Amino acid sequence: MYPDNFYYSKDHEWLKLEGEVAVLGITDFAQKQLGDIIYVELPPVGKVLDAHQSLGTVESVKSVSDIYSPVSGEVIEVNSELAQTPDLINKDPHGQGWIAKLKIKDSSELQNLMKAADYEKYIEGLEH
Amino acid sequence: MSYIPISEKDKKEMLERIGVNSVEELFCCIPETIRFRGKLNLPGPLSEPEILEYFESRARKNSFDRYLSFLGGGAYDHFIPAVVDYLSSRGEFVSPYTPYQPEVSQGTLQVIFEFQTLICQLTGLDIANASLYDGATGAAEAILMAYRVKNKKRLLVASSLNPQYRQVIYTYTKNLGLEVVEIPYDEKGRLDLRGLESAFNAETSVLLCQSPNYFGVIEDLKNLADLAHRHETLLAVVISEPVSLGLLEAPGRLGADIVTGEAQSFGIPLSYGGPYLGFMACKKEFVRQLPGRIAGQTVDAEGRRGFVLTLSTREQHIRREKATSNICTNQAHCALRATIYLETLGRVGLKKLAWLNLQKAAYALNRFTSIPGVSRKFGGPVFNEFVLEFPVPWETLSQKLEEKGILGGIALGSDYPGLERCALITVTEKHSREKIDRYAEVLQEVLR
Repeated sequence: MYPDNFYYSKDHEWLKLEGEVAVLGITDFAQKQLGDIIYVELPPVGKVLDAHQSLGTVESVKSVSDIYSPVSGEVIEVNSELAQTPDLINKDPHGQGWIAKLKIKDSSELQNLMKAADYEKYIEGLEH
Repeated sequence: MSYIPISEKDKKEMLERIGVNSVEELFCCIPETIRFRGKLNLPGPLSEPEILEYFESRARKNSFDRYLSFLGGGAYDHFIPAVVDYLSSRGEFVSPYTPYQPEVSQGTLQVIFEFQTLICQLTGLDIANASLYDGATGAAEAILMAYRVKNKKRLLVASSLNPQYRQVIYTYTKNLGLEVVEIPYDEKGRLDLRGLESAFNAETSVLLCQSPNYFGVIEDLKNLADLAHRHETLLAVVISEPVSLGLLEAPGRLGADIVTGEAQSFGIPLSYGGPYLGFMACKKEFVRQLPGRIAGQTVDAEGRRGFVLTLSTREQHIRREKATSNICTNQAHCALRATIYLETLGRVGLKKLAWLNLQKAAYALNRFTSIPGVSRKFGGPVFNEFVLEFPVPWETLSQKLEEKGILGGIALGSDYPGLERCALITVTEKHSREKIDRYAEVLQEVLR
């Protein structure tokens, strides 16, 4: 369920490394908690973010959640498909539902994130 | 919901159900030492006839109906058809509290949706909210909305915007690190387009102006919109006399991005300055920055049309400090009255009403300016309000007029240095020729 080659944050974001670029999204656990996603507020391309800084929001009918960047970096691309089809996040949270791509500033920050097995244990703990 | 207070029997049953011996016990977490002891310093209850006498004796101190009034400046004396009071007084409308759950409030939500639709038609914009408190807070919300959209700290505000609305804007923008710049008016009473050009810079979010403005002068909205957009800013228009929209082109169709204002003219009595009725509408692309409640049309699980409050994630009960505004209410009952009023007049009726106002004001302007010493101050086009200049300070004149039973106009000197000999005069469909002639005669008399 949770891809082995991804990194995961405690706030339920995932990060996939493609060279110096990090692709970000929210996990299946998060999309289930949120319910039907109807709107995504994306960051502007070029925005520079610190780790744990909010890069945008995800909205369902009755809630709004911040999306926190797991690492520091500069936004180089955002998933514009989400404007018309925000429910891509529900349907394919780890694939087509990606949210933004960042050029990473400091790869050592990746050590602060979890790998799939730890993340699965983490969310199991939350569900009890 | 039952409005009969609970009986001792009800109380006992409720206490038993939750396992508490007395109401006092529910406050046990408040330390004894700080609990209030004794009786509150409030007068005792009054019987029904005593209450009536109490309010009637105070009401008798009002003298408004003993005067002939030509006052306007943000509150307008229009005729309200009896159907407005009659329908809006129905129990279904008057008794519920915050009736927005779609399961039980389809009637209320439908009225709000109709109100929003009427505002969109009148303003020429895509989306309207369920109403705001009044025109002043509407102007403040519009300024903040424009700032959220453009994110630039410089906000241009016409000095010909109602002075009280400007004060409210200053209150709302205080401590936010914003720069509110007032733009002066020209000799015609309009925003000076050439002077305005230099007021814009790369840090400007919006130009906000009123039309007809506080002097009653109609602004050149098309050119103002073009100017604002050329500088990548928004144009926000404030309308304090929306009856003017019965004749004037909708600001949205002239390029306005946000239109807000005061709908008291639509079936709301003058009262003591309130409750009044703010409204706001905007272009579709800005909807997520629109403050206030929004009613939406949808279908239920069985495919039947229904109404709900929607886009709630803009509001503070969900987005908290990042919400578009801290307003979490609307003027539902006033909006209901306005909806009944507008739907009673209809398109044809509103146009006729606007014509009556325009023509009577034109007659009055003519009549008054033919009195020696009385002149029209601003040459710009007007609707039902205008500024006259007199040979003596308005204060002295207005006192003499009041002694003769006339409230002749609103003083401008304290808000606009230089206009001490001027007054703002308003004429509506309620001013018959005889009334206008009477004012003219008395004016001529006191000026001799």
